[in-house]
Amino acid sequence: MELIAALTVFVLAAFVGFEMINKVPPTLHTPLMSGSNAISGVTLVGAILVAGTGAGTAATILGFMAVVFATINVVGGFMVTDRMLEMFKKNDR
Amino acid sequence: MSTELLAFAYLVAVALFVLGIKRLSSPATARSGNRLSAIAMLIAVGATLVDASVISYQAIGAGLVVGGVVGVIAAQRVAMTAMPELVAGFNGLGGGASALVAASAFLANSDQAIVPSAALSASVLVGGITFTGSLIALFKLSGKIKGAPVHYPGQKIGDTALGLIAIGLAVAFTISPSPETFWGLSGLALLLGVLRVLPIGGGDMPVVIAFLNSLSGVAASMAGFALGSSVLIIAGAIVGASGLILTGIMVRAMNRTLLGVLAGGFGGTSNGAVTSEKPVRRTTAEDLAPVLAYARSVVIVPGYGLAVAHAQHVMRELADQLESRGVQVRYAIHPVAGRMPGHMNVLLAEADVSYDLLVDMDDINGEFVRTDVALVVGANDVVNPAAREDVDSPIYGMPILNVDHAATVVVIKRSLSPGFAGIDNPLFYMDNTLMMFGDAKQAVGELVSEVKEARYRPSVTLPPPRSGGGWEADGGGSLSELRVSRCKGRPSSLV
Repeated sequence: MELIAALTVFVLAAFVGFEMINKVPPTLHTPLMSGSNAISGVTLVGAILVAGTGAGTAATILGFMAVVFATINVVGGFMVTDRMLEMFKKNDR
Repeated sequence: MSTELLAFAYLVAVALFVLGIKRLSSPATARSGNRLSAIAMLIAVGATLVDASVISYQAIGAGLVVGGVVGVIAAQRVAMTAMPELVAGFNGLGGGASALVAASAFLANSDQAIVPSAALSASVLVGGITFTGSLIALFKLSGKIKGAPVHYPGQKIGDTALGLIAIGLAVAFTISPSPETFWGLSGLALLLGVLRVLPIGGGDMPVVIAFLNSLSGVAASMAGFALGSSVLIIAGAIVGASGLILTGIMVRAMNRTLLGVLAGGFGGTSNGAVTSEKPVRRTTAEDLAPVLAYARSVVIVPGYGLAVAHAQHVMRELADQLESRGVQVRYAIHPVAGRMPGHMNVLLAEADVSYDLLVDMDDINGEFVRTDVALVVGANDVVNPAAREDVDSPIYGMPILNVDHAATVVVIKRSLSPGFAGIDNPLFYMDNTLMMFGDAKQAVGELVSEVKEARYRPSVTLPPPRSGGGWEADGGGSLSELRVSRCKGRPSSLV
């Protein structure tokens, strides 16, 4: 990808992030944090790419570790967020 | 799969991430939002697995299985009180993964063009700092290393020098990539993470976690630049922005600056000058129960002490009791209640407290003047009026919950010991404050059973708002009335 195109995407995405997160009420800040944390595990995509290209043992080992780390981040992050959000209930009275 | 189809799959994933986060802005839709994000991740990962450049699957398969199992176990076993540790740990792993991606990409192709080189060095630098910094934060939060700031001699100069060297190495690597500069930079990043978080006090960890959350996003984004992957760039940038906003919220709520927090040294220290000779008014569950039971509105102010004592469930029982008697009960939540942003809301949700009863500081502060009883349980600094009135106080300017505006303030606390900041709290000595000393769970438990039996009104006249001293006894009542009025009117037992 061309640098300037990538930078444009980066800057626009950051603005989208700011706009969206600013509207999240404090009640949901912990789930927001663990949920967005899980999304940052998207680096798993990069980890799969480097672990699967068969570019030598050292690179593959580092890639394997990256896949493990990122998968824990992704799977654990989404699951624990779901566990928290499941508890948020409005009691009708 | 063709490149176009792959790009389209990533686009769908990005759109779902955005929709997912958008739905996180309301408790009613948050759960589906989180699931939408998870589906987006599944699409992104699935698309990557069929990418033509992926030719061997052993390492990937093994990594997915190992990581998946660990992730599931961690997510299911963690106690809600330990959520900050878990998030810190996940942050660290995310940052570490980005650094490893950069390292692996470097090994695979050490002859990089200039753009990927700059991105690789940024990714390994930010990712490395996030990894070790989060681990130190995790150890501090779980008490494995002490929360107090840890310094080495000449730290300011030393850290600045190391930071400058790191930037120098990153620039050098960008201009002419070499293994020496790359691995030097990696090691330095790991070292910097440790050195930068160690001097930060345990009380500032919420800010640190939020900031590291932001960095883990930035690291992912940088890895995206290195690999030319738009899904990484976009998702990473969104997380980076969200972490930064949360950091700003926390910093403001604690009356600090981000630079001040990162410079370290605050917290874990006490000026030790708190000798309380001033009289306080004590109360007991028996005396307090009628006051609560016949109030019109009660605002509960939970602090982390409530969660430490595992008193959330019994607190909700008390609230249920009061509500069944027609008392309006709400919870006032300070932005830094708990140990991370929004932590108290999760802890109360776990105890089945309806989320519409949890009121944010800005919304509840105007309500205290119309509140009969403010019940403070396990909170201290966030209700300290000195933050509002005493210019000399170290916490002056910190936004607080104005519980002192309520007609009566009840503080349930183990002792008069100062809070985390080591600052005495004038609230405890005010005329309209009643202190109930004891373990939060036990004290609230006693209140539950006493409220069940409360049959006598504390007084026929309810207090006018902000009268300053609660209501006066009208005399000549039953024994139980007398006891209550004694406790409410003139202090009978001064400590």
